[in-house]
Amino acid sequence: MNETFTKSMARNIFYGGSLFFILVFIGLTFHTERVLPERDHRENITPEVVLGKKVWEENNCIGCHSLLGEGAYYAPELGNVYKRFGNSTEAIIGFIKSRPAEGIPNRRSMPQFNLSDEELKAVAEFLKWTSEVNTSNWPPNIQG
Amino acid sequence: MKFQSQSVAMPYFIAALGLFVGQIIFGLIMGLQYVMGDFLFPEIPFNVARMVHTNLLIVWLLFGFMGAAYYLVPEEAETELHSPKLALALFWIFLVAGALTIVGYLSVPYARLAELTGNELLPTMGREFLEQPTITKAGIVVVALGFLYNLGMTVLKGRKTVINTVLMIGLVGLAVMFLFSFYNPDNLVRDKFYWWYVVHLWVEGVWELILGAILAFVLIKTTGVDREVIEKWLYMIIAMALITGILGTGHHFYWIGTPEYWQWLGSIFSAMEPVPFFMMTLFAFNMVNKRRREHPNKAAVLWAMGTGVMAFLGAGVWGFLHTLAPVNYYTHGTQITASHGHMAFYGAYAMIVMSIISYAMPHLRGRVANSNKAQVTEMWGFWLMTVSMVFITLFLTGAGILQVWMQRYTDMPLPFMVVQDKIAIFYWLREVAGVTFMAGLVVYLCSFFVGNDQNATDDFAKAMSKQRELETATAE
Repeated sequence: MNETFTKSMARNIFYGGSLFFILVFIGLTFHTERVLPERDHRENITPEVVLGKKVWEENNCIGCHSLLGEGAYYAPELGNVYKRFGNSTEAIIGFIKSRPAEGIPNRRSMPQFNLSDEELKAVAEFLKWTSEVNTSNWPPNIQG
Repeated sequence: MKFQSQSVAMPYFIAALGLFVGQIIFGLIMGLQYVMGDFLFPEIPFNVARMVHTNLLIVWLLFGFMGAAYYLVPEEAETELHSPKLALALFWIFLVAGALTIVGYLSVPYARLAELTGNELLPTMGREFLEQPTITKAGIVVVALGFLYNLGMTVLKGRKTVINTVLMIGLVGLAVMFLFSFYNPDNLVRDKFYWWYVVHLWVEGVWELILGAILAFVLIKTTGVDREVIEKWLYMIIAMALITGILGTGHHFYWIGTPEYWQWLGSIFSAMEPVPFFMMTLFAFNMVNKRRREHPNKAAVLWAMGTGVMAFLGAGVWGFLHTLAPVNYYTHGTQITASHGHMAFYGAYAMIVMSIISYAMPHLRGRVANSNKAQVTEMWGFWLMTVSMVFITLFLTGAGILQVWMQRYTDMPLPFMVVQDKIAIFYWLREVAGVTFMAGLVVYLCSFFVGNDQNATDDFAKAMSKQRELETATAE
């Protein structure tokens, strides 16, 4: 870097540039918040869906699965599991319920979380709601 | 060491390296679980191992950053730390809180931990990287506040330097963005949106300021290049980091329900995110080329240059690989993401912490540099770990490419678990590379116990007389 480009110019680019983009980012955050309701279908977030999200969090499901592509990559994507399981919350409940406590020899296996019927139904409803979020057509196919 | 109070950095560095060992052990466990699904099941299920692996990473890096700050802020400010006692008290609080959290993860089911720690009062748990109980998060905030107060008072009473200013902006930003971890809306889309305010704006935002400041400090000390030059570079690097990185957050907003204009914004700005990392590489190599002195601590110089290169490769190149929206549509949430995560965290943040440890630790132990033997051992550790990480990344990239092809791209996409079985060979290879990484870490740790003070003094004297000879030779 030559002598005509001084340290104070570099400093001004840092402060000015950062401030500008922070403001743009805040503006875009407000805009995103304004248009989100059309895409997240929040009118369908029932108390049951809220409970389902809590069950999802308190059993650390994200530690193995991904949800809308974020999380761990050890177990299948669940953003579209409702659709993959034939648009059935019952199938989701049945799967979670039937996990063997001692696992499956040599295979990856989901732990048995001993969820109550209420919790099972809630987490299935949460996954159903998630599958209906407008994700710009992601994932590319039903396998997630 | 110029100021007595800098010595509080020592326990921070030791704790950081101890937790680093824990992180790698759990990484090896997970790597094995990828290919032997029932390994340690149900005692340590994968999700628990992963939580320990990632949380230990975050905590040891934070210990490293704090140690770095306690070491370099007084030296830059040319004054003693405001309160070494507070720094030591916070060290123990943070270490005990961190240890208890890890014990909690391992000893009770996560749902029980949530119950025990009163998660329902303020539910913040169960989100990736932010799995800590709410009370631990509160503890982190308390520690961060005390830490910033201590450093802030030190900076205020002492000399103002660009390195201190940039480091402080980075650390304040780290604390401020962490506050978003307490915000957990019921709406998953909004939850994810603000979750990235912590995760992205940390690692692709304010942490880069911390990284830049530490790198600049190590380079000033080891190369003796004029402060004005180094500071100008530092400003340009962090300017580019924030100019590209803030809107670069958009590359996480492609497929989580957020509006589609983020695909454009995220692609354009995050495509430029490699620039600051490339500048860091140029910075490190340029400064070392222009060095005005031969610093006897060759290992620290190696770490500093290595940080530049590996941060550029891991964060820059491997990030760019899957950052454009049309590419990310297929790669999002696959082993490609994992490959990038590994090399970026190691190359940028693990390596910068080891750079400052490499530079500072000899001073903290009362010498300018370690003995040759210790440095050679340390460099073996450097190469073993770094090369292993390159291979871990390459194997995960191979796994990721095949996964994308079979599960996402072809006309007849295969189910997730079927694909996982088909790419198992890459996971085996990754595990082998992981074991060599662990071996490298052991060698690195051994370097702290190789050679004594006498060796260090002798080697230093030899290096100095050699340099004097060189200087006389060039003068003639």
